[in-house]
Amino acid sequence: MVVFEKPKTLTDAPLHYCPGCTHGIIHRLVAEVIDELGIDGRTIGVAPVGCSVMAYDYFTCDFIQAPHGRAPAVATGVKRADPENNIVFTYQGDGDLAAIGTAETVHAAARRENITVIFVNNAIYGMTGGQMAPTTLPGQVTQTSPYGRDVETVGYPVKVCELLQNVDGAAYLERVAVNNPANVKKAKKAIKKAFQNQLEGKGFSLVEVVSTCPTNWGLTPQKALEWLEENMIPYYPLGVYKDIYAEEAK
Amino acid sequence: MSNTCNILFAGFGGQGILFAGKFVAYKGLLENKQVSWLPSYGPEMRGGTANCSVIVSDEPIGSPIVGKPDVLVAMNLPSLDKYENEVVSGGKIFVDSTLISRKVERTDVDVYYIPATSIANEQGISTLANMIITGKLLKEVPMLGFDGIDAPLSKVVSARKAHLLEVNKTALKLGYDY
Amino acid sequence: MGEKVLMKGNEAIAEAAIRAGCLHYFGYPITPQTEIAAYMAKRMPKVGGVFLQAESEIAAINMVLGVAATGKRVMTSSSSPGVSLKSEGISYIAGSDVPALIVNVQRGGPGLGGIQPSQSDYFQAVKGGSHGDFMKIVLAPSSVQEMASLTSTAFDLADKYRMPAMILADGTMGQMMEPVELPETEPNTFDKPWALTGTKGERKHNIVNSLYLKPEELEKTNFERFARYKTIEENEVLYEEYLMDDAEICVVSFGITARVAKNAIVEARAKGIKVGMIRPITLWPFPKKVLRAAADKCKAFLSVEMNMGQMIEDVKLATECKKPVYLCNRTGGMIPSPEEVLAKIVEINEGGDK
Repeated sequence: MVVFEKPKTLTDAPLHYCPGCTHGIIHRLVAEVIDELGIDGRTIGVAPVGCSVMAYDYFTCDFIQAPHGRAPAVATGVKRADPENNIVFTYQGDGDLAAIGTAETVHAAARRENITVIFVNNAIYGMTGGQMAPTTLPGQVTQTSPYGRDVETVGYPVKVCELLQNVDGAAYLERVAVNNPANVKKAKKAIKKAFQNQLEGKGFSLVEVVSTCPTNWGLTPQKALEWLEENMIPYYPLGVYKDIYAEEAK
Repeated sequence: MSNTCNILFAGFGGQGILFAGKFVAYKGLLENKQVSWLPSYGPEMRGGTANCSVIVSDEPIGSPIVGKPDVLVAMNLPSLDKYENEVVSGGKIFVDSTLISRKVERTDVDVYYIPATSIANEQGISTLANMIITGKLLKEVPMLGFDGIDAPLSKVVSARKAHLLEVNKTALKLGYDY
Repeated sequence: MGEKVLMKGNEAIAEAAIRAGCLHYFGYPITPQTEIAAYMAKRMPKVGGVFLQAESEIAAINMVLGVAATGKRVMTSSSSPGVSLKSEGISYIAGSDVPALIVNVQRGGPGLGGIQPSQSDYFQAVKGGSHGDFMKIVLAPSSVQEMASLTSTAFDLADKYRMPAMILADGTMGQMMEPVELPETEPNTFDKPWALTGTKGERKHNIVNSLYLKPEELEKTNFERFARYKTIEENEVLYEEYLMDDAEICVVSFGITARVAKNAIVEARAKGIKVGMIRPITLWPFPKKVLRAAADKCKAFLSVEMNMGQMIEDVKLATECKKPVYLCNRTGGMIPSPEEVLAKIVEINEGGDK
């Protein structure tokens, strides 16, 4: 008999996320992985500033809330405080990780900091009400790009996996999506690998999850998934961008 | 100069100004005196002028900044030009006469001319003019004195440069005997 | 205590921190405090600690926040412009109620300013210095010995009250060498049930957080924090009185300028002027009571500082403006000379500010 249960690592607190938002799925995947690896008692999460700022309420493991963009630096401190015990992950959005926190992201990767980064890319600032993000697509309309993102004046989106590919310290980079069951399964596999890498001391592992924001995209959840498939995934192709250990094994 | 000696070491960066000051401070410390050592710092240190304030006293030290030195050690002309008139009346000025050709104009201070750089070059210890002039300083300033130079030297010469202990002693002695 | 050694103020802070059980240091190079980082880089690997040169001051303070949240002693150090960059993180440390030590070896400002000693970050240090309602414990050493001893005091107070503590030094204090005796005793330890150590499946999760979306909750948290601050103001004030028994003029000065002022006071006493000094050692909590008491005995106060007159405001508040408070100051990296301070004392003694 298969019983569909809530992962042990999720609390009973009701999620505050909007209908159709993929944060819920990603939270669940992280929690399932923590359960499966049996590391809930030694895991410490780092919450960002953004929609997932209150992630600390949803996970049963210890948690710290970091200043905007600084989660990789805070995680570095938490990890280095007790590297043998502490399993540390950050959970960050696109504004947090790829705009204000670019330096912290790149340098944590460059140090091959032994942490796991879950990067949720939905191409918009959700919490502040739908402003242009570093990952907003060319032509995409947001509150602060009301005529569509004009790359001539505001520049191009930041492709995080591609960017970090060239950082020697980065150990594992994969871009996934949670738009259908098959992709959800792949996403979980990637997240699990990113945690396993940390357990094995393999260093900086980042999983980028291409996600939706129905509310701020102004679409129904279903339409948002379609928009993601038609626009986001072509611009942000899914796949493994770096896996130094797999490359070594070849 | 009753029970406090305010010393200003001044010269070029690279002449060992800070090192000489540190040695004198350590000597005072090991003789149970109160001491302080304050360097100038910043980009000027890289090849420019360097100076350090050293105070040796029987009393607790207030300001560590030596504005009115009892003793000036001048190892280049800009230093003598800058600080000659700051020395207290009745104070002492030690001049590296190899590098400073002019004479001290003040008549109310005791002046000691030591061709420290020439002596150092002649003796094959060209980097130790600072310690030669310091040897003279120890001799002429009663509060400092020459006895007991070994212990402070071993404090300021790092262990991996222990082979330099003897040449530093030689340099101090050369200054003392000059 | 061990034997007396000559150390730079910056090095004394670093060694004292390690002896206080601080095995995590994060920093970014800036003059005139770099010796702290250099010392840590050398020593930490030998004592099983962590030295990490961060990509920025901002990253460094957030690494500090991370370690602090795990309950371990941690510090960073910088100089004025760098401390401004850390101010966001300091607010989070205060808002998250975790202990940490921040060292500011001040240089002249504003902007990039200069690299010579200054006390012009006084406001930033004692008035919060970042967003939100919070204070930090601020200690102002006036000798290399105090650079060491106040470092362990700072760690103890930070742990005891779960808040950031700051050593507010300046370029002179950092660069000068004086004899120092370092403690040989084991550091004090504090229970930290709030620390993020992993639940080990044995307790509910700990959360280190400064976000309170309900204003009632945030207000309550701030009230609680300020109740703690009140206890600190009652119990943790540190100051030194110098020749105050019969003083008619009271100099107020901290750090390096207190040393300069001492020379001037000795000279003034030789002229028969009854002058003494109250030297705040804790700038927050400020020694209000002793200053208020002095206001009943003395005829005037003289604030000696290396800025455009910052602490003088606290002196006026503490003395409730009962007596005139004069200012003797230099700024931009200049240090007042004993002669300048003496001239001011003489002027005040002769009837006031000319």
